[in-house]
Amino acid sequence: MNDMSETIVARTLVEFTLDGEKVTAFADQTLIEIAKEHGKEIPHLCYKPGYRADGNCRACVVEIKGERVLAPSCCRHPANNMEVTTDSPRAVHSQKMVMELLTADAPKRDYKPEGNELLKWAAALGVQESRFHARLQSEPDFSHPAMTVNLDACIQCTRCVRACREEQANDVIGYAFRGAHSKIVFDQDDPMGASTCVACGECVQACPTGALAPAKEAYQIKADKTVDSVCPYCGVGCQLTYHVKENKIIRVEGRDGPANHSRLCVKGRYGFDYAHHKQRLTQPLIRKTGVAKSADFNMDPDDWRDVFREATWEEALDLAGGALARIRDQHGPNALAGFGSAKGSNEEAYLFQKLVRTGFRTNNVDHCTRLCHASSVVALLEGVGSGAVSNQVSDVAKAEVIFLIGANPTSNHPVAATWIKNAAKNGAKLIVADPRKNDIARHAWRYLQFKPDMDVAMLNAMIYTIIDEGLVNEDFIKNRTHNYEALKENAKGFAPEVMAPLCGIPAETLREVARAYATSKASIILWGMGISQHVHGTDNARCLIALTLMTGQVGKPGSGLHPLRGQNNVQGASDAGLIPMMFPDYKRVDNPEAHARFEKYWNTKLDNKPGLTVVEIMDAAYDSKIKGMYVMGENPAMSDPDANHARAGLANLEMLVVQDIFLTETAYSADVILPASAWPEKMGTVTNTDRMVQLGRRALDLPGDARQDLWIIQQLAIRLGLDWNYQGEESGVEAVYEEMHLSMPSIAGISWDRLNRESSVTYPCADDNDPGQPVVFVDSFPTSDGRAKFVPADIIPANERPDEEFPFVLITGRQLEHWHTGSMTRRASVLDAIEPAAMASMNPLDLRHIAAFAGDTITIESRRGAITITARADEGIPVGSVFIPFAYYEAAANMLTNAALDPFGKIAEVKYCAVRVRRGGEIKALSSYGGGMAFTT
Amino acid sequence: MNDRAPSASIKIPLADVRSKMKARNQPKGRQIDAQARVDVAALLAGHEIRRDLLIEYLHLIQDKFNCISSAHISALAETLKLAQTEVYEVATFYHHFDVLKDGDAAPPALTVRVCETLSCAMAGADELLKKLPAILGKDVRVIAAPCIGRCSEAPAVCVGQNAFGHATVDRVNQEVKAQHTRASPSNYVSLAAYRAEFGYQTYLDIISDKRDIEATFEEMEDSGLRGLGGAGFPTGRKWRIVRAEAGPRLMAINIDEGEPGTFKDRYYLERDPHRFIEGMLIAARVVGIDSIYVYLRDEYHQCRAMLETELAALKANPPGGHALPHIELRRGAGAYICGEESAMIESIEGKRGMPRLRPPYVAQVGLFGRPTLEHNFETLYWVRDILEKGAAWFSAQGRNGRTGLRSFSVSGRVKKPGVHLAPAGITVNELIAEFCGGMADGHEFYAYLPGGASGGILPASLGNTPLDFDTLQLHGCFIGSAAIVVMSQHDKARDAALNLMKFFEHESCGQCTPCRVGTEKAVKLLEETKWKTGLLEELSQVMVDASICGLGQAAPNPIRCVIKHFAHEIS
Repeated sequence: MNDMSETIVARTLVEFTLDGEKVTAFADQTLIEIAKEHGKEIPHLCYKPGYRADGNCRACVVEIKGERVLAPSCCRHPANNMEVTTDSPRAVHSQKMVMELLTADAPKRDYKPEGNELLKWAAALGVQESRFHARLQSEPDFSHPAMTVNLDACIQCTRCVRACREEQANDVIGYAFRGAHSKIVFDQDDPMGASTCVACGECVQACPTGALAPAKEAYQIKADKTVDSVCPYCGVGCQLTYHVKENKIIRVEGRDGPANHSRLCVKGRYGFDYAHHKQRLTQPLIRKTGVAKSADFNMDPDDWRDVFREATWEEALDLAGGALARIRDQHGPNALAGFGSAKGSNEEAYLFQKLVRTGFRTNNVDHCTRLCHASSVVALLEGVGSGAVSNQVSDVAKAEVIFLIGANPTSNHPVAATWIKNAAKNGAKLIVADPRKNDIARHAWRYLQFKPDMDVAMLNAMIYTIIDEGLVNEDFIKNRTHNYEALKENAKGFAPEVMAPLCGIPAETLREVARAYATSKASIILWGMGISQHVHGTDNARCLIALTLMTGQVGKPGSGLHPLRGQNNVQGASDAGLIPMMFPDYKRVDNPEAHARFEKYWNTKLDNKPGLTVVEIMDAAYDSKIKGMYVMGENPAMSDPDANHARAGLANLEMLVVQDIFLTETAYSADVILPASAWPEKMGTVTNTDRMVQLGRRALDLPGDARQDLWIIQQLAIRLGLDWNYQGEESGVEAVYEEMHLSMPSIAGISWDRLNRESSVTYPCADDNDPGQPVVFVDSFPTSDGRAKFVPADIIPANERPDEEFPFVLITGRQLEHWHTGSMTRRASVLDAIEPAAMASMNPLDLRHIAAFAGDTITIESRRGAITITARADEGIPVGSVFIPFAYYEAAANMLTNAALDPFGKIAEVKYCAVRVRRGGEIKALSSYGGGMAFTT
Repeated sequence: MNDRAPSASIKIPLADVRSKMKARNQPKGRQIDAQARVDVAALLAGHEIRRDLLIEYLHLIQDKFNCISSAHISALAETLKLAQTEVYEVATFYHHFDVLKDGDAAPPALTVRVCETLSCAMAGADELLKKLPAILGKDVRVIAAPCIGRCSEAPAVCVGQNAFGHATVDRVNQEVKAQHTRASPSNYVSLAAYRAEFGYQTYLDIISDKRDIEATFEEMEDSGLRGLGGAGFPTGRKWRIVRAEAGPRLMAINIDEGEPGTFKDRYYLERDPHRFIEGMLIAARVVGIDSIYVYLRDEYHQCRAMLETELAALKANPPGGHALPHIELRRGAGAYICGEESAMIESIEGKRGMPRLRPPYVAQVGLFGRPTLEHNFETLYWVRDILEKGAAWFSAQGRNGRTGLRSFSVSGRVKKPGVHLAPAGITVNELIAEFCGGMADGHEFYAYLPGGASGGILPASLGNTPLDFDTLQLHGCFIGSAAIVVMSQHDKARDAALNLMKFFEHESCGQCTPCRVGTEKAVKLLEETKWKTGLLEELSQVMVDASICGLGQAAPNPIRCVIKHFAHEIS
């Protein structure tokens, strides 16, 4: 978790007396811990294992012989010959009096019936009622949709302050005023809902009395079961526990997983009730005969009966499977394609790509990784031979310099961001480079607000500096890499002094950060889609790889490369072969050895030509080259660039089979819709950004006639003539996992049994006894000669630069509360309440320029489309840019984006295109979700 | 400003907003107001931007605007790369900052603080507090304040930054009318005058090795000088302990003289600042200190102006031309607790003045995590004299078997209140008779506080007890900073106890339960006609045993003393 736990320190043993008994313990343990080990639980309130002990409540005081006053056992360490009494009359008197003082001020109502620690300890100490006057009580604060603040129950233990500041490092909660007026405050004693609170809920999890409680009285409901699982949203892979009553999730708590140590973010903790939304698909649907498809539609998921009719599973599967088989047989396998999903499990990804490869008999299988880190993966495979991260996020604790570029982790990887912020607070130098000044920039040692599109200029200037100032690691270059001369030659034209005006960062700053990066004992680079989603995305990543190689900042703790993976299972889906050029474990389909191996393993003929990628598949559909598609859990009608074009492509298909939990924009063009399982309704594994394979367990039964995805894939396989037979519970998930596991040497040591036992195992993992390798490339790279390769990069401008007609740059991305196309999160009541509507963020100066104010309606147009949206004034947005999250159907950002591709990764340039902005226009009306509807119903 | 423009203020009613959710047209929380950003930039121009200087910056804002608005807090937080709450929680901790909520009116430009702590209460502070608001009008704010360190001139007030004693309604009115809101420092020994009397010679002797460092340590140890802030830790031993720690070492000097009844530090500082500064420099030299932080309570405005002048003069012309250690003068902001050594360290670091748990001790892990030599002002004030006159000079003083000298701050019902330098171990009867000119006319000796608010209350019958460290424990009292408040037959010990408990309630930092909740509950109990002595004793016990710092541990002393020695008043 931190440096200390990794450092091997000889721990000193001491011998002392505890309640008259001689005990031996480590000198760095606290008395309360030692007492617990010896079966004595000392009362405590402000102490929470895992958090810094603060010693303020004084409930845990004990008597130490020879000391004038009692000592807080949560903060005191033992010493040789110390005589400690935890239950002397004097100690117990204080313990009881603390309870009596606090219960005097406790409210009549118990806000946390199943876990009120004050009432629990008061009862344990026999404190029934208090003889003291009660204080004046405060009013509750209901201003936040996720949480209620009941300060009448507050005991000022500051666990929430530590939760907010020392754990999550969101720094919203303070301890203000003084003495008996001391008060837990949000920002400047603002209502929680009006504060900078990001609703991670760590404070609620930390609060011992329910003074901070989940909204809607969730604490008052007693769960009838709890189920340990993994969060379904981002790639951080937080472990969590579902609290379930009568087949409904009532709340979620963080679990101590290796990636999150009980921390969660607003999505993980409060974004669960989409699974219970009334618009869940519960019956297979078939498009009505004669209902035409078009790219241009208004859809209402509540009102589909004019377009679709309900069908039985038999009918729907027969229709879908039959049509796909017919297209394959009439037009050839390459007239079919499949989009799997990085939201599904590894088993689903494995089976889906196997279905496409063996049932469709094509490699036209891909998923949203294409729009996410495809360029990073290409650069990594080319440079270091592996597309996964070299170090886990938690390694930032061991780094002296953390270089974060093109990423907004406080929104998109919130719990990963907490480790970064913790490290920065502990003294690591955090360099943040991003055109948008995001929340994490406040924690930065240096913040580089470089001009959008100028990544290569800026990074090459750093490379130049490292060469120019003699900071390269000659040994590493000599022993571990090749092609350095090409990099050196290429760098010549990129002096910081020359690049400064291009990238907008002063030359001295470029030199300073390059120096810090190169010379620190350990430097780690983390990046996101700001790097990858450009036509020069691969080049951007190449520069980052070059930085690590030339300085030897890789292959050791705290030194490495970490592309922050977006989806909860984008790593695993790619590992499992859900990409057109690779079989499982990144074996190329055109590699004869791999090809032969998988033909044998799957006992069938396989295509040996790489298939088409996401955007290419949509183009092929548009051009009628692809005629049939199977889409599982993806929503390309919203998520693909140039959405009008993508929608036209989908509408042009002869057979579109969509398997999802909601009627998405993509499903609206479907011929057959198969109602599938939400994450808590199935069992399976997912692989997070840290290469941890983690087990999710089923918490809910399926609604209506919806089915588990794994079952649906198998049913379609049968209709395509495959003789699959995966027996066992939960749609045969174990059998699928075991087949996948045997085909993937990287996870050889991770058996299904082991996952059931450990919940999380890191790969590469060779055998059952291998704990897994958190840091890779220690001695060599997984390339043919074991060496890494430098690939120099030149400046390639964005495909569409602003001009007089379209003078603004559009940047798209995600926001904290909404996931991708919003199909889940806009139906999660709390998330929808916090961010109910589409907003375009602009710098206030730009808004003034177009004579608009924050809150005004503005219309944004590109060469491909137009949307009307509300303006949000945000000083963090650079002048000349607009930021729009792509989650909102009523103002779909991808109507505007450019489908120009990076030539290597085939990723679209959704981070950059030219738009114009004007005040006015009419905002498209909401259909039947979004706008806070989920919360109020 | 157009009402649709991005707004720095947020007005969301506490009531249920859930039914009318609206998208925010700005990022979450308060945004930075452009004018506030300009204001803060202007105020901080030329200042170093350091997190530990937060309280200094807050003073700049308070002094300029008479208050600290939410907008300024947001702007200051941005400048310091802090979260808003990190600034807000500090600003609201200190009573001299008027933190405004959105829409609150700024307080009047002038504030009159009337001391209401024991000596001033006995001298009629209540009368001033009642009458002044009507007479001064609505453009002047009159507020009750805890002890301002002018107890011998009770009742004392502070008009703006002009503190004076013997306050009457007329006098205050005159000062307000004349806008005398700042007082100039009184006559004191200037740098030139101090040098003319061989000032800084002992320091130079140590610098130039004429005086041996080891011999200096021994001299200090032999003198028996103990910490005069109240804890009484032997000075020489403290120097050795800090010296033994790995550098860099720091020094923090406590002139947060807030213990009710105490004003000796101000008394000496106002008259002879360089005697203290020389002691400080000697200690720094001998212990090996790189940086010195002098923490002065905000109430001592005159002293601050004078110290700023004198330190600047000294830095411009250091003794013998030798470079001085780094010296910073820091300004408190109205918090008694910052006289507690570790709370003061927190305050110097720009944080809420909440005491730290010990161990570790500040000598090992103190200011900025470094080994820190922390001293009360007066302890250093005597260093020069002890080194020049010899340890024996100091240790030869004393009475009733005790050794050394004590500066007693005497207030209350005596003829000549004030600072009286007297032998340690003197009894209160002797002190009143020999140094204070006897009891004031019409007053008979009834009771006394031997050590300010924290030291307990003793009856006249125990007036022959020697006053020194370690002599009063038997009676549940201690001498602390040697603040003697003399009470007469016109006073009641229970009233004193309530006055003091209200002081502790007001000044409790709010960190630990026994003190935060205990002082508040104790006030309620002490207000009852008949005291619940059993419950009060149970409460006292947890406060003494389980409070984090001396404030909470000592706060019950007056309760216990009244129960023990003045039972007739409460039954």
